[in-house]
Amino acid sequence: MKGHSQIASSFLQNEPHVDWHDQTLWWIREKRDKAANQVEEWEALRDLASRIKEHTLGRLDEYLEVFEKNSLKNGIKIHWAKDAMEHNRIIFNILKERNVPFVVKSKSMLTEECELNSYLETRGIEVIDSDLGERIIQWMKQKPSHIVLPAIHLKKKEIGEIFEKKLQVPFTEDAEELTRMARKHLRYYFLTSQVAITGVNFAVADSGSFVICTNEGNADMATHLADVHIASMGIEKIIPKQQHLGVFLRLLARSATGQPITTYSSHFRKPAHDKEIHLIIVDNGRSEILGKPKYWKALKCIRCGACMNTCPVFRKTGGHSYESTIPGPIGAILAPHKDPQKYKSLPFASTLCGSCTAICPVKIDIDDQLYHWRQDLKDMRPWNAIPAFAGKVLANPKLFDSMGSFMVFLQKFFPGFLRTVFTNYTKGRSLPEIPEQSFKNWHKNQS
Amino acid sequence: MDIGLFIPCYINQYYLKVGIATWKLLKSMGYTLHYPHNQTCCGQPLANSGYAHAARFTAQHFEEIFSAFEVIVAPSASCTLFIKNHTRFLEGFQGKIYELSEFLVQSKAQDKINASFPGKVGILKSCHGLRGLHLGNSSEIGHGDEYTLTTILSHVKDLEIINISRPDDCCGFGGTFCVKEPDLSVKMGKDRLEDFISNGAEVITSTDISCLMHLEGIIKKNKYPIQVMHFSEILCQI
Repeated sequence: MKGHSQIASSFLQNEPHVDWHDQTLWWIREKRDKAANQVEEWEALRDLASRIKEHTLGRLDEYLEVFEKNSLKNGIKIHWAKDAMEHNRIIFNILKERNVPFVVKSKSMLTEECELNSYLETRGIEVIDSDLGERIIQWMKQKPSHIVLPAIHLKKKEIGEIFEKKLQVPFTEDAEELTRMARKHLRYYFLTSQVAITGVNFAVADSGSFVICTNEGNADMATHLADVHIASMGIEKIIPKQQHLGVFLRLLARSATGQPITTYSSHFRKPAHDKEIHLIIVDNGRSEILGKPKYWKALKCIRCGACMNTCPVFRKTGGHSYESTIPGPIGAILAPHKDPQKYKSLPFASTLCGSCTAICPVKIDIDDQLYHWRQDLKDMRPWNAIPAFAGKVLANPKLFDSMGSFMVFLQKFFPGFLRTVFTNYTKGRSLPEIPEQSFKNWHKNQS
Repeated sequence: MDIGLFIPCYINQYYLKVGIATWKLLKSMGYTLHYPHNQTCCGQPLANSGYAHAARFTAQHFEEIFSAFEVIVAPSASCTLFIKNHTRFLEGFQGKIYELSEFLVQSKAQDKINASFPGKVGILKSCHGLRGLHLGNSSEIGHGDEYTLTTILSHVKDLEIINISRPDDCCGFGGTFCVKEPDLSVKMGKDRLEDFISNGAEVITSTDISCLMHLEGIIKKNKYPIQVMHFSEILCQI
């Protein structure tokens, strides 16, 4: 199986594309900086958001029950799903009852995580992703490369070509023209779909309502026209009170794209007359993470994508190099919970520069968790005696001096290992010149 | 003041000049320096590779050597951060170990700087120094560009500090990262170098010669018109 570095290397071969990807995301990062700097109390907001999330996660069971009670009172139908399979089955059953041939869906990373699209499609129900970026990658049979900007890895030319192919329209790279075509194409589905599927950004316990943030208005268009609205949320989306929303809505869009707020922040409280709202509350491994002292804080994530835009590894190797539903720094600490073997290279795909932690609006200790994962993933290996031996040698001044340094030590005992290290280091770099003596020797000769 | 000097293993082996410059600089400022000859490595390469359990031996050794000192100074932000925060075996060293520029600024020693360096110098803010040791404000947090090296270098005669377009994007060294992800590491380094070169820097300086070693390797391979120096080499020309 390929690790991150192999996939990254092939992405890196097209340097102009890498530079373009890097510049585009850095531009978003700069927009975020400007937006954040305009809010004087930005750091206090981050701190407050972090504390609200930590408090809520600390008594999540209670808040989930309060939320369920209040949303039932509002007339929302609540479903609990312990895993992806159960989540998909619940949705399929709702759709089957109504015998629908297709369904419109707005952006939801949870439905990506559960692989809902392929589940429904193998059962004869077409899914129309209505977020423009998601529609494009759906046509291209790809996965999102970014949680906020799912088609950010594509250039206008590729998008123009797929429009030409799928909609039989003349080729254009004009963004406005493409958007107009997409609008026309999607409108038919909005007008005729009986059911609309959405994600959830925040679920408010005290009001039993939930909030969906989009820029395109696609979630609103779909849910207002359909008879049935199915919303999927992870258990960690809960916040205690309506008044807390202000904290998160101010942070979310500024962190994500540098906008003061998303174009649409839509509140759903109760179904309209003769309509239904189904809310599926999904665990799918989250309660297990909640029980891990080193890792539970990752559940504070509000999916803004700021850690991706700031991460030099993400910017220069693209979201697909992570091969996980959620890519980037936050993905690298979430994915190993799902499958440590498959995602074992991700915590090492980082320089531990800490920019992700410094930018995170809810202050997740991302770089610390990357470091912890490195330990926990290596602990699964059988040959821990070798590094322990290396540690003992390095702690012994006589052995250490006689072998010069860590590199020299490796050169002596693990020439094969060092050959890889040497080849990898010298691929694009010259080695430093070794001076005539060590500092220690120089110092000994001083006195 | 008695100072214990920690010279990290790669400086000991590959960067004699940085060791000497650090030694002479602190001496010239009137500090009493001790360099224990039986010091070794802090263990960071092991721990960052996922073998923190093996780093307990180096940690114990470090403690034996340095626990007698009230102040320890090291010319490396990365090793300092590791000793301070990342090894749970060395909790007693928080508030005792300082990176060199951190030590100079905290003890207001920048006024004692008597150096001249005619040249255009760009500062590479090492991530471990900036976001780990908080040697300044990182661009994510904002609030101005205060930074220990900026303070220190502003006291050097004839030196012009060059600003770059991305003030604290990572150079791509990352310890073992540089051999685990070699293509990416080199690309990150190249991009940083182009930022410094296009803004007119002739020299790149930093708190961490490890980051600079990686950049120097790329400079030599591509014959870029720029060079690297640890800031101690600018303050104390040997």
